[in-house]
Amino acid sequence: MDPLRQSPSPSSSEASSPRTLSCERLGYVGIEAVLDQLKIKAMKMGFEFNIMVVGQSGLGKSTMVNTLFKSKIWKSTMPGLRVPMPQTLQLHSMTHVIEENGVKLKLTVTDTPGFGDQINNDKCWDPILGYINEQYERYLQEEILITRQRHIPDTRVHCCIYFVPPTGHCLRPLDLEFLQRLCRAVNVVPVIARADSLTIEEREAFRHRIQDDLKTHSIEVYPQKCFDEDVNDKILNSKIRERIPFAVVGADREHMVNGRCVLGRKTKWGIIEVENMAHCEFPLLRDLLIRSHLQDLKDITHNVHYENYRIIRLKESHALPRGPGWVDLAPAPSPAPGPAPTGTRASPGPAKVCRWAEDNSDEDF
Amino acid sequence: MASEVARHLLFQSHITTKTAHTSSQVSDHEQKQKESPRSLTMSGHVGFESLPDQLVNRSIQQGFCFNILCVGETGIGKSTLIDTLFNTNFEDHESSHFYPHVRLKAQTYELQESNVRLKLTIVNTVGFGDQINKEESYQPIVDYIDAQFEAYLQEELKIKRSLFNYHDSRVHVCLYFISPTGHSLKTLDLLTMKSLDSKVNIIPVIAKADAISKTELQKFKIKLMSELVSNGVQIYHFPTDDETIAKINASMNGHLPFAVVGSMDEVKVGNKMVKARQYPWGIVQVENENHCDFVKLREMLICTNMEDLRDQTHTRHYELYRRRKLEEMGFMDVGPENQPLSLQETYEAKRHEFYGERQRKEEEMKQLFVQRVKEKEAILKEAERELQAKFEHLKRVHQEEKLRLEEKRRLLEEEIIAFSKKKATSEIYQNQTFMTPGSNLRKDKDRKKEPGYRLELLCFDVRACETIGGRKDAEEGREGPRAPGRP
Repeated sequence: MDPLRQSPSPSSSEASSPRTLSCERLGYVGIEAVLDQLKIKAMKMGFEFNIMVVGQSGLGKSTMVNTLFKSKIWKSTMPGLRVPMPQTLQLHSMTHVIEENGVKLKLTVTDTPGFGDQINNDKCWDPILGYINEQYERYLQEEILITRQRHIPDTRVHCCIYFVPPTGHCLRPLDLEFLQRLCRAVNVVPVIARADSLTIEEREAFRHRIQDDLKTHSIEVYPQKCFDEDVNDKILNSKIRERIPFAVVGADREHMVNGRCVLGRKTKWGIIEVENMAHCEFPLLRDLLIRSHLQDLKDITHNVHYENYRIIRLKESHALPRGPGWVDLAPAPSPAPGPAPTGTRASPGPAKVCRWAEDNSDEDF
Repeated sequence: MASEVARHLLFQSHITTKTAHTSSQVSDHEQKQKESPRSLTMSGHVGFESLPDQLVNRSIQQGFCFNILCVGETGIGKSTLIDTLFNTNFEDHESSHFYPHVRLKAQTYELQESNVRLKLTIVNTVGFGDQINKEESYQPIVDYIDAQFEAYLQEELKIKRSLFNYHDSRVHVCLYFISPTGHSLKTLDLLTMKSLDSKVNIIPVIAKADAISKTELQKFKIKLMSELVSNGVQIYHFPTDDETIAKINASMNGHLPFAVVGSMDEVKVGNKMVKARQYPWGIVQVENENHCDFVKLREMLICTNMEDLRDQTHTRHYELYRRRKLEEMGFMDVGPENQPLSLQETYEAKRHEFYGERQRKEEEMKQLFVQRVKEKEAILKEAERELQAKFEHLKRVHQEEKLRLEEKRRLLEEEIIAFSKKKATSEIYQNQTFMTPGSNLRKDKDRKKEPGYRLELLCFDVRACETIGGRKDAEEGREGPRAPGRP
């Protein structure tokens, strides 16, 4: 350990104001060493992160994921070789362990091919909601066991990136429906996909229109305003909120530009650099998701969305009909990604939003 | 290309088996095991190495919580040691030796060092070892620890809970103060530690270590550890699984139990002011490693293992308590036919049972109530009837009385009339006799006796004659014609 800690020294600690007694602290105790202990513990345990990408096919979801994590997580599908479009929405999950500088991250990416691709897209969000709720259910079942595991494996979706097609007009009904339903169950980050088909001005206009649409329909995307804890958070998050949805371009090929090797898309009229802020807002998305708000995403999922699910799930059994011959115990929700039951449970009315807000309204620290 | 397609197809089919959902956990676990070894190399800097920092930032925002329980006899130096450990004067007064029972006193303080906020709760046992009969000494401590676990469990089982806001009051470490006799553990100490070792992390310390010499101290430590081991007391050993701190922890484990000296008084040694205790024969410096193990204790307790202590409390002691408590209440993980039974289902079954029980009880109470009401009503009706009967009876009696009285009155009135008639006739008769004066001898006698009276009587008589005459006339009028014979 640090040898400097052995000797007492007039420290720079501030005099504290505890609740019961006003003590004056002299000298060094070593409380802040607990931060190092935390770090050691975290590095040993590793981190988990689960992300879901939702959008119509051809918007560049797989490419985006590859670009985000700079590795070939998905084989991006080329048109000719693709298997025939699935008739119903299926969810594909892949788990990878990536490591950087001693920090291990277990990344799970869930893709949703077939979303919004059919002629009749009614209730196409149900399988997705079903999947999300199924993860919550799994965690809940683990949590209420008598003999629990030391560390419950966390498969809950921490973040859902929603790809908005770059029409340039406004959000489509499908987008609105989906966002409305999903933002109550999971953290949603909308992005404008394939933004290289829009000019800068078109992007701004589109962005503003989307923001207005979101406000009109009271869709709270991440970072949610009601979870800002203190002033610093508010400032930081407001800046982010101004730029949501990010206009992103994904690319996993490298090209030479001015002697540097950059990721980008090569077109006849130029090379669109992915990591250039002037070209697209991919760096913002990456910073938000990974560098600054990853822990926050996990926290909100655990403290708010999961708790909401738990409340509803535990209260459901109260609402079951109870007659003299009642023996039917509350079954676990049907696991298959199916229509109505999961849909109705996962898309409640405004009551859930209020509870959501009041759950995390005051964190006085 | 074809192989790519084939691989892709294989890939997809492999994945879709995962999404074909099974609710049994075993197969999921297997699938996960199949998935997890897949590791990936990145071709550039992504940036999630800042994750531990993000975690740390969040913890700083939330603040830390640490609860220490100090068990030891009164006057052994618990408060002083805590003051010295945290470099603060927490509390002033000494506690008395005359408490009849062992009580626990908990106080919470907020300390801050650079940007780390610590909510420290110190729980002291008051009156431990003071009683003459010490059988009940350790029970309050066990109860207190259980109560904190219970509070957390209750919060965790609530439907609408707020665990991230919850002020964790579970005891993270128990500093057990052993008095420096130099011989061995006292029976009370052994019993208390034995009852606490499965509930809390115990770190034994030898208090007031300046009362023992170095050689005695070595022997004492060896004796203590061997006694603890032979009696099966599980004390807390510093973790040695992480390489960065394994070595130092292992060496510290060999120094257990720490012999400590606590003092907040400062004494000048050389040209510095240090915390020490001054004796005529020398100065015992608290932070001198040659003098006592205080620095080691502070190092281990706060700087190196605070997080591990909290972790152990949560994952081992609390889980044990929770499991025991839930099993006590009748919940199980595995049902009668070895089918995995979820807590939810058992809970539902139990609740259904309780509900049925409650319904039944409600019915019973209702029945009872109705019956009682009926009885009461019957009684009241009975009473009413009786009253009515009485009333009737009384009325009848009254009527009879009335009739009788009427009868009597009538008779009396008749008598009165008869009497007045008689009186009238007798007076007529009297008058007639008075017209022939000599006849009424009795009256003469009376007259002779009382002359005044006689005069009066004469007058009376005259007058009486007149009136009587009047009346007599009337009567004669009536009788007169009768006397000679009616015409």
